[in-house]
Amino acid sequence: MTQEGARDGNREVVIEVRGLRNQFGDHVVHQGLDLDVYRGEILGVVGGSGTGKSVLLRTIAGLIEPAAGTVRVLGTDVLDAGLEERSRLEARWGVMFQDGALFSSLTVRENVEVPMKAVEGLDPETSRALADLKIAMAGLPPNAGDKYPSELSGGMRKRAGLARALALDPEIVFLDEPTAGLDPIGAADFDELIHGLSRSLGLTVFLVTHDLDTLHAVCDRIAVLAERKVLVTGTMQHMLTVDHPWVRAYFHGPRARAALDTATSKEGD
Amino acid sequence: MASKQLATVEIEVREGRTTAILDGAFTIRSVGAVEGALKDIRSDTDLLVDIERLEHLDTAGAWSLTRLEQRLQVGGGSFRLRGATSRAEALLDTVAAALDSQKRAEGSDRPEQDQGFVEQLGRRVAEGVSTLLGMTGYLGIFLSRLARLALRPRQFRVTALVHHCEDVGVRAVPIVALMGFLIGVVLAFQGAVQLRQFGAEVFVVDLISVSILRELGILLTAIIVAGRTASAFTAAIGSMKMREEIDAMRTLGLDTASVLFVPRILALLLMLPILGLIANVSGLVGGALMSWIELGISPEMFRVRLLEGENVNHLGVGLVKAPVFAIIIGVVGCYCGMQVKGNADSLGQQTSRSVVAAIFLVIVADALFSIFFSELGV
Repeated sequence: MTQEGARDGNREVVIEVRGLRNQFGDHVVHQGLDLDVYRGEILGVVGGSGTGKSVLLRTIAGLIEPAAGTVRVLGTDVLDAGLEERSRLEARWGVMFQDGALFSSLTVRENVEVPMKAVEGLDPETSRALADLKIAMAGLPPNAGDKYPSELSGGMRKRAGLARALALDPEIVFLDEPTAGLDPIGAADFDELIHGLSRSLGLTVFLVTHDLDTLHAVCDRIAVLAERKVLVTGTMQHMLTVDHPWVRAYFHGPRARAALDTATSKEGD
Repeated sequence: MASKQLATVEIEVREGRTTAILDGAFTIRSVGAVEGALKDIRSDTDLLVDIERLEHLDTAGAWSLTRLEQRLQVGGGSFRLRGATSRAEALLDTVAAALDSQKRAEGSDRPEQDQGFVEQLGRRVAEGVSTLLGMTGYLGIFLSRLARLALRPRQFRVTALVHHCEDVGVRAVPIVALMGFLIGVVLAFQGAVQLRQFGAEVFVVDLISVSILRELGILLTAIIVAGRTASAFTAAIGSMKMREEIDAMRTLGLDTASVLFVPRILALLLMLPILGLIANVSGLVGGALMSWIELGISPEMFRVRLLEGENVNHLGVGLVKAPVFAIIIGVVGCYCGMQVKGNADSLGQQTSRSVVAAIFLVIVADALFSIFFSELGV
């Protein structure tokens, strides 16, 4: 694994994955996977279909128990943590699933309020106002709070999912394909939203994506999953120089060129 | 960060200037307490908020400060912040922008609905009538598709029918047989106690055969099947509806009624009479066994008495109801399944509604049959 882009060695590591092995039956998804995520960065995880990007996200978030390896998040061993330690940890990260995974029988505001229920000494009025604030921060119109998830479009559901993930001001957010299924304008807006929020809230973002524009627009570092491990991590510039068939095909394909052109022309403006 | 001190606020008034000094971690955990303390500050105060000693500020804290600022500005006071880090400033800006965008579109909230008793009653009745009409519509759809498939038998899905027959019929045999047996036992036992007083023990055979063959066998079978199958239909079709599979079928040119409803309802139509017969037989066996043990009526005598009394004719009266019950259960199950909306709650609601409605309508139909048969004198 080549390390590039971790310019100064003394940045705080918030997610540390070592020797991870995931397998389902005979099918080995990850083998000897190592990954570091630093505080305050936006890490984009890419890889072909079936390379276990979402599996990696779920393993780090403690939803899947790996066959071997360690996962440390904010200094706590996720796999070893007791019940109380886990719930303390979970308050410090937020997860946005692909389609939002909102509770379908609750309104958007109630969805955002769910994690706040665990906070002691928070009166209903404040939690309602804070939920409305999070909804507005996620870029949803105010009347969205009273709607049910089934009444929202896909893009709005994703924003609502993000609002819920941000409910307790986590230090880390995991985003599973945040721009998948969005129109280009909506996707660009969402990229901007993630970038803005991560800067103003000081978030560390772990972002699984296929979207080359997202990689260009928001990611500080990119990790490529291939051959069952993190093949290479580094900045976009570094990716363009890596000599590996898949990485080349991914970052030098026609779509990648188009995304690169857009990104550079934007910088030129 | 969890170990950090909750935020505290100290309010100093010196030479007409008010200073609020915040200390600790001003997060969602301490916002309740701090808000309480900040409430006492009058809206026309010239306030200096010192957050230099603040270890941590999250959006909840920033929200609280921003609201305080807005309140003072409206009330004629002023608000100044000291010691904000660049991160805190960025956060405060983000929160202020979000509050702004929220305010611009204020007033668009959905009004709270408060319904009086009469209105609720009216809504319920209207809902009930439209449900009944809707079910009648589905009955029509089922019959028309059945007729069309009868004309074009090649389009008929035999595999699906067999599959549903197994699900609806074969798998229900144990529970239906057990239920019938126990009903027979109970009837014989209760009948024996009553009839023995008159020395008319032998009539227990008539009691059992008439009540089981005519009424209880098929009615209780239909109730069990309504609980088992109507709910299964609703849940299966409803979850397909939730995941847009029904829409997908339509776009593929598949008719949902022919593909989903016809095999299911037809399977019920075929299997319910058989299940009813099984319930009848096991009911008679249970009754005979109990009569033997309790009253000493031998199985042979039970058989003779059963055939002599022409009680077997009641079998027809009972089983003729089975197809009607089957259609009621099937139509209700499919109808409720199609009423499922996009959320998990509505699936649960419709499933329970389908069971209640199916059982209720089966009993209503049974009552109508009773009146009909007694008018006919059958």
